[in-house]
Amino acid sequence: MASATLRGLVERLGATVTARVWRLGFAARFLFYLVLHSGTALRRFSLTIREIYFAGVLSLVIILVSGLFVGMVLGLQGYHTLQRYGSSEALGVLVALSLVRELGPVVAGLLFASRAGSAITAEIGLMKATEQIAAMEMMAVDPIARVVAPRFWGGVISMPLLAALFSAMGIYGGYLVGVKLIGVDEGAFWSQMQAAVDVREDVLNGVIKSFVFGFAVSWIAVFEGYDAPPTAEGVSGATTRTVVTSSLAILALDFILTALMFTGGNGL
Amino acid sequence: MNRTTLDLWVGIFVAAGFGALLFLALKVGNLAAFSTAQTYEVHAKFANIGGLKVRAPIKSAGVVVGRVTDVRFDNESFEAVVTMNLGAEYKFPRDTSAKILTSGLLGEQYIGLEAGGDPKNLNDGDTMRLTQSAVVLENLISQFLYNKAAEGGTEGKAAAKEGKQ
Repeated sequence: MASATLRGLVERLGATVTARVWRLGFAARFLFYLVLHSGTALRRFSLTIREIYFAGVLSLVIILVSGLFVGMVLGLQGYHTLQRYGSSEALGVLVALSLVRELGPVVAGLLFASRAGSAITAEIGLMKATEQIAAMEMMAVDPIARVVAPRFWGGVISMPLLAALFSAMGIYGGYLVGVKLIGVDEGAFWSQMQAAVDVREDVLNGVIKSFVFGFAVSWIAVFEGYDAPPTAEGVSGATTRTVVTSSLAILALDFILTALMFTGGNGL
Repeated sequence: MNRTTLDLWVGIFVAAGFGALLFLALKVGNLAAFSTAQTYEVHAKFANIGGLKVRAPIKSAGVVVGRVTDVRFDNESFEAVVTMNLGAEYKFPRDTSAKILTSGLLGEQYIGLEAGGDPKNLNDGDTMRLTQSAVVLENLISQFLYNKAAEGGTEGKAAAKEGKQ
């Protein structure tokens, strides 16, 4: 009896793992096909521009407002801790480094996943549920080239720009709180920041991070949409999965990228 | 929404994004410093470099004149070889000494240069002879404790002598 339940458990576990691996393989093949058929999205660039509008421009408000508030909170909290050690002038360094290296790409990525990624999944899933994708195939229009690829590249292009705007806005928020509100010396705020932040080491690595996150989120979003069961339930489930999977992927990738990028000097 | 307004918005978005990147690169980071300027390379051997890192500043009289570009371990002399790039506009005599210093109490370590009196200047690829290693806090403390113990020992003996008399 006990062995039977145990066997059932192991079988279920095996089935789940196999299904996941199967899905991962399909997602990888989907990405390969997608990249191979991106020619249309790049040749008829107005298609991609339209998706940049939906993924990027419409996410601007949430990105800018969140960036401003994250920066202001960093300014307040950072000042509170730094002034205990009598180094409140280092506030600029704290705000800039935490935003450029970590918070900018990660928080912008999470917001992007929930604002734009979910919309992409829902749109593609609904197109599939209402058989628009099947209709395209009937008309010999490749739905991956016409529908999926522009959305994917729109997301990949938008995400680094959004993350940069988030970081810049956050630094401005930190400046507002630190210099204008609390009264940290303005010269020290900027000069210490400039002395501590390196363009290649910090800014460029942040951009690479945001690019990787944009790639991952867009891939997950278009794949979940394309793979969604063509029912109302299926589309809602796929949208949820997009947000959950992208958020987890962003955090896991962030750990890996940070470990690769910021382990100091000679890699020892 | 017709095509042209949409293009305009995307254009504004992309321009703002690149503007933000430029802001991060120029206002937040330090792109300008020594990336394009002419430099020359000088080496120095240290018995101990402490926490000196690549990209640490080289200062003379408090002014940044260069950056550390490489830190290696020399397997023959068992010393650290620090390679530094100095700005070409800064000339130093051949007998310039290099010290590893710390900015502030717990700050970053940097190399301080003190100019000597040699009429000839350092050239590209030269090695500085006079160096002073980083102060290692543990050595300092153990030295201090050792001195204290020595003092305590003599005092103790003196007290014992007095006690005998």
